[in-house]
Amino acid sequence: MKTLDIINFATSALSGYKLRTSLMLLAMAIGVASVIVLTSLGEGARRYVTNQFASLGTNMLIVLPGRSETTGGPPPLTGETPRDLTLDDALSLYRSHAVRYVAPVSVGSAPVSWRQREREVPILGSTSIMLHVRHLQMSRGSFLPETDPTRAISVCVLGSTLAKELFGNITPIGEWVRIGDSRFRVIGVLASEGVSLGLDMDDLAIIPVASALSLFNTNSLFRILVEPRDYSLLTRTKKIILDTIRARHEGEDDVTVISQDAVLATFDKIFLALTMSVGGIGAISLIVAGILIMNVMLVAVSQRTAEIGLLKALGAPASQIMVLFLTETAFLALAGAFIGLLLAYLSNWLVMQAYPDFPVHAPLWALIAGVGVALVTGLLFGFIPARRAAQLDPVTSLSRR
Amino acid sequence: MIELAGINRIFTVGDTKVHALADISLDVKTGEYISIMGPSGSGKSTLLNTIGLLDQPDSGKYLLEDREVTKLNDVEQAQIRRERIGFVFQFFHLVPRLTAAENVELPLVLSGITPTERRKRVGDILGVLGLSERAHHRPDQLSGGQRQRVAIARATVTNPAVLLADEPTGNLDRSSGNDVVSILEELNHQGLTLIMVTHDPELGRRASRRIRMEDGRITRDSLHENA
Ligand SMILES: Nc1ncnc2c1ncn2[C@@H]1O[C@H](COP(=O)(O)OP(=O)(O)OP(=O)(O)O)[C@@H](O)[C@H]1O
Ligand SMILES: [Mg+2]
Repeated sequence: MKTLDIINFATSALSGYKLRTSLMLLAMAIGVASVIVLTSLGEGARRYVTNQFASLGTNMLIVLPGRSETTGGPPPLTGETPRDLTLDDALSLYRSHAVRYVAPVSVGSAPVSWRQREREVPILGSTSIMLHVRHLQMSRGSFLPETDPTRAISVCVLGSTLAKELFGNITPIGEWVRIGDSRFRVIGVLASEGVSLGLDMDDLAIIPVASALSLFNTNSLFRILVEPRDYSLLTRTKKIILDTIRARHEGEDDVTVISQDAVLATFDKIFLALTMSVGGIGAISLIVAGILIMNVMLVAVSQRTAEIGLLKALGAPASQIMVLFLTETAFLALAGAFIGLLLAYLSNWLVMQAYPDFPVHAPLWALIAGVGVALVTGLLFGFIPARRAAQLDPVTSLSRR
Repeated sequence: MIELAGINRIFTVGDTKVHALADISLDVKTGEYISIMGPSGSGKSTLLNTIGLLDQPDSGKYLLEDREVTKLNDVEQAQIRRERIGFVFQFFHLVPRLTAAENVELPLVLSGITPTERRKRVGDILGVLGLSERAHHRPDQLSGGQRQRVAIARATVTNPAVLLADEPTGNLDRSSGNDVVSILEELNHQGLTLIMVTHDPELGRRASRRIRMEDGRITRDSLHENA
């Protein structure tokens, strides 16, 4: 039998039983689509997080107070608390050649009020450098002035939401607001930034770091952001930071320096694992589809007993019958996979319309795996019905009406 | 052309053994017209299926065109069924989703013959059997007599050596039954060996060689002048 004739015969058999064929196609399509949609969402989540980090600049180092727990080592005997990370620590880092920017960051929360209106928001204490390291945009006025970071001057920059809530349509520049117990002059309003790493950049106030420390009555910084002069200096800069702080902290290694890169790599791994496991869940639905195809094909074989007996009487060897039925399931699997691809792209498109910020993306490996698994399950589960068809006894199959 | 010697076929159903064919020996020459008659269950269909290689005897020797065919494997037997044997059944056994022409084409498709050649041969045989008008009708759009004629076209389109018909008129009224038998006889006149099982004594008497079976044995085998 010629290949083209085999294909023709299989497709004519499939189109001869429209309801049964469309049910099997649907099952296969849903299986393939779920593999692809689930992995697309996982991949989208991975890209979303990656983009969030990328918007902060991946070559940034973050200095945190406290020693990293992951290094092990003996537990502190006296139960000492880590030494504070101070503004002076941050200033000491300015002296290194490897460093381009240093941004000390202090975070707290305080009510911000203007006339009768008041709003409790996060207060970010930092320096003019913040503008560069976090890639902020101004909608009005200017950012914190480039002054000595140790000087507490009474100016503030407002997030766009906060400015609107307090001032409505009035221009806030030049107005005095009360933050906690102190008064600050508004010198700028941020452009809308959205949420960046869990901090709503639209609903906060930024004041000079020295002002923030006195406002919260503390010496301790939340963290220090350091950007090396060059990406290749990342590891060297990390060592310089550790050495500098250790020298200042009487030989104690009581800070942790993490690079965005490392965090990013960890997130990447987590999300890849997540994507693969949701893809695996999708694959289960493919196997369910495979079992459905097997059952429906078994029914098809028993319904088409007379036809199979006839083919044998007309001179088709058992192997030929086998090939014919396997071709039918292969076709179902391929066509189902194709419809599944279309379904997946359609639903990805819908998700993108609903959440334009979320980068849904079907990874190539998921496409290949989805279609491949569909074909393999189709053939695997098609094998049993095909063999049953091939082994039918022609005399008994023809004697039935 | 067909030589059967000491053929036995035993079916075991539960504890009982049915001797469907008991020590059958039979010689058929090319071009013969044979009718097989006998009571129900006497083994007529089993004999036909054995000759047509659809059923394997439990013992005995079967030569078809001087080849010992019982020793062949599935693929080789299938090839003989494809090229040397034509079957016509009581229940027509047309594939319902295929048109008359496609049904007739089926054995040629199985043989791997090119579409052009197929179309020519199918067209020719449908013309001979007066079915050209019905070529693109599906079986459910045809009468019983027409269906059986399509089945005959399918059985003979490969130019087989022998045509085996198991109660070909069993599902037809007398007049379309007579038409079908006339067609078979016409093919026999052109040299095709014809073996036909029938319950109708009148049809059976039209054959020049009449075989009677009882309990898996041939009890009578007589030659006659054609009526
Ligand atoms: N597959 C089978 N399994 C068991 N017994 C069978 C089988 N096929 C045939 N037989 C038995 O073999 C015997 C001969 O059957 P066969 O079909 O050849 O009879 P027949 O002469 O064609 O009868 P009918 O005129 O009713 O068609 C019967 O007793 C039947 O019951
Ligand atoms: Mg019978």
